[in-house]
Amino acid sequence: MELQTVTQTKTSKATKTHMAGSEAVVHCLLAEGVETVYGYPGGAIMPVYDEFYKYQDQLQHILTRHEQGATHAAQGYARISGKVGVAIATSGPGATNLITGIADAMIDSTPMVCITGQVGAHLLGTDAFQETDIIGISTPVTKWNYQITKASEIPEIFAKAFYIAQSGRPGPVLIDITKNAQFESFDFAYEKCSAIRSYHPVPQCDPNALQEAADLINNAKKPFIVWGQGVILGKAEEELKTMVEKTGVPAAWTILGASAIPTAHPLNVGMVGMHGNYAPNILTNECDVLIAIGMRFDDRVTGDLNTYAKQAKIIHFEIDPAEINKNVPVDVAVLGDAKTTLSELIPLLQPNEHTAWRQRFTELQAVEQEKVIQNDLFPTKEGLTMGEVMLAINKESEGKAAIVSDVGQHQMIACRYAEFNETRSNITSGGLGTMGFALPAAIGAKMAAPEREVIAVIGDGGYQMTIQELGTIFQNRTPVKIVVLNNEFLGMVRQWQQLFFEKRYASTEMTNPDFVSIAKGYHIEADRVTKREELHEAVRDMIQFEGPYFLEVCVEKEDNVFPMIPSGASVSDIRLE
Amino acid sequence: MSSEEKKLYTVSIYTENNVGLLNRISAIFQRRHINIESINTSISEIEGVSRWTIVVKVTEPQIQKIIGQIEKQVDVIRAYYHMDEETIYQECCLFKIQSDLFFEDPNIQKIISASNVRIVTVEREFFVLEKAGRRSEIESLYQQLKPFGIMQFVRSARIAITKESLNISPLLTAFQA
Repeated sequence: MELQTVTQTKTSKATKTHMAGSEAVVHCLLAEGVETVYGYPGGAIMPVYDEFYKYQDQLQHILTRHEQGATHAAQGYARISGKVGVAIATSGPGATNLITGIADAMIDSTPMVCITGQVGAHLLGTDAFQETDIIGISTPVTKWNYQITKASEIPEIFAKAFYIAQSGRPGPVLIDITKNAQFESFDFAYEKCSAIRSYHPVPQCDPNALQEAADLINNAKKPFIVWGQGVILGKAEEELKTMVEKTGVPAAWTILGASAIPTAHPLNVGMVGMHGNYAPNILTNECDVLIAIGMRFDDRVTGDLNTYAKQAKIIHFEIDPAEINKNVPVDVAVLGDAKTTLSELIPLLQPNEHTAWRQRFTELQAVEQEKVIQNDLFPTKEGLTMGEVMLAINKESEGKAAIVSDVGQHQMIACRYAEFNETRSNITSGGLGTMGFALPAAIGAKMAAPEREVIAVIGDGGYQMTIQELGTIFQNRTPVKIVVLNNEFLGMVRQWQQLFFEKRYASTEMTNPDFVSIAKGYHIEADRVTKREELHEAVRDMIQFEGPYFLEVCVEKEDNVFPMIPSGASVSDIRLE
Repeated sequence: MSSEEKKLYTVSIYTENNVGLLNRISAIFQRRHINIESINTSISEIEGVSRWTIVVKVTEPQIQKIIGQIEKQVDVIRAYYHMDEETIYQECCLFKIQSDLFFEDPNIQKIISASNVRIVTVEREFFVLEKAGRRSEIESLYQQLKPFGIMQFVRSARIAITKESLNISPLLTAFQA
């Protein structure tokens, strides 16, 4: 470890205090500005929990009801605030229960530090009680991980972990600490990490590439922007807005990019991808220059790559060099952090209006409005639609809410119809598609941003994957609002079964419990809506209620989400019905 | 399409010498269902820095993406890929053969002197030959010795040095500054 300090990382020595490894862990967290950690105690992490008890006035520990909940809460915390989320668990099953959340954070580039206890170093490899190779298990789903076996390693490894988690393209880091390292005493000193010699978080931007990009954009007749979460992670929302407004280029977003520019902005043309809007999907294959900013050409965004934007020159603004040409070959790659590259790009761009080209978006939007949106938001049939619930949430929250969605039909509807006026307002599991994400993520989001209205929108399937976190909400009186859109089906799978498996509804129908009673069992105020005329008032009551609130909305059982690009089809083959 | 043709590539990686990196690197290949032909790690010309030599048979677009994923790892300093003609490469092998053949069969002596083989040890029961070279040379020697009865055979991973300069030292010096 001395070697690491000297050669691999840049830190300087500060004053030393003698303390146990467990206490050092708390000091490291405090030094990194951590205020809240989510976790679950157990044998191998007890020394650290003992310190949590002693330091409870400085560091809040939130006991979730399952370790997976701790990771999602930490993710929600990170996604709404931009700060590093912290989750902690014991060895063995505690550690393995973190894996889903870690994998989710990895694919969605969420800064998170996970801490796990481990059996004593002398027991490693002996199949000791609650021993599991969490380093081996977590390696493919962490940006970095490390097993601490000596207390003296703690400060440097924590400093590295926080630096790695939040720099460059953020991601999850796991630190495994053997029990002996928690008990051992040593001379503690903490210095934040500012560089690691083998790690280059932000690549250098090539001015020539920037000029090439500007030339392509300036000469384009039908330019089109698709932005992703890189804009939010890079805090480049203002730069993107300036760029869009200066050039008049219509801009669409990926699911994780949502809310970087307000929904109602005239140049915001909606969502791309499988259940995105009609115009941006169709026009992906008509634009002459596609400007991708902080997005990774996920298959849910591109559909069939062989027919994706083949007519267009493609410019990719990206912080992670490994993303360049990974899925889509690009003509110009502009490496770097979005805030820097867009700031440098803007002066090179010429003002434009692109009136005729924007008209194409308006025309196709009208088609979608007539065929899909009208029926989703203003249905004439009896059953409630998920879309009208979102509309009621928009209205009653005055478009100010942060929407935390789970995975499935309701998620697509939430992303399509939520009104966003502030960045970091769409918190959802994008890349991994983790059912059970929303309830615990909403807890973390609300704690990180108590001033914001946080509304979890969840399906009846995903809700039951982490429903026990109602206990966390109850214990902490976390004032999150929970809306379950209950169609008594695993709706998205059922939709696929209907469209592609001749309606063979294999294991998608759910016989559900009385959700209102369950919420009330946790002493959470609860209501159920089954009729359209009750909807707005029920949503209003929920939002006006001070404290946590549960609202079940019984929606039409077999509604489908459209538009839809069938899996593996071209963006041009997007279906409206 | 030529870019889709699978070729043998030598991947050279400079890394920190940290526990667990082998898992992290091998997972990049495993996840993409790519079989590693050979893998070697050793010290490098720079103190404290490891050098990895990995041989894989893939297409050029594949190897480019793999290099990106390898370089993305926090503990990786730099990764490169090369074609055979861009490197000087060797493998090493050991043969264990019965001692009486060594003394009694003149053909073995001939093979040894003709193929640049080193005699590592001669014991009462067996002797051990070592040969370093290209795969084809090793395979040819194997075929020549096979009729005499090979008691044990083992071949090492490829190690390779590139003809071009890799400039790792200046990179690390820049960090120290």
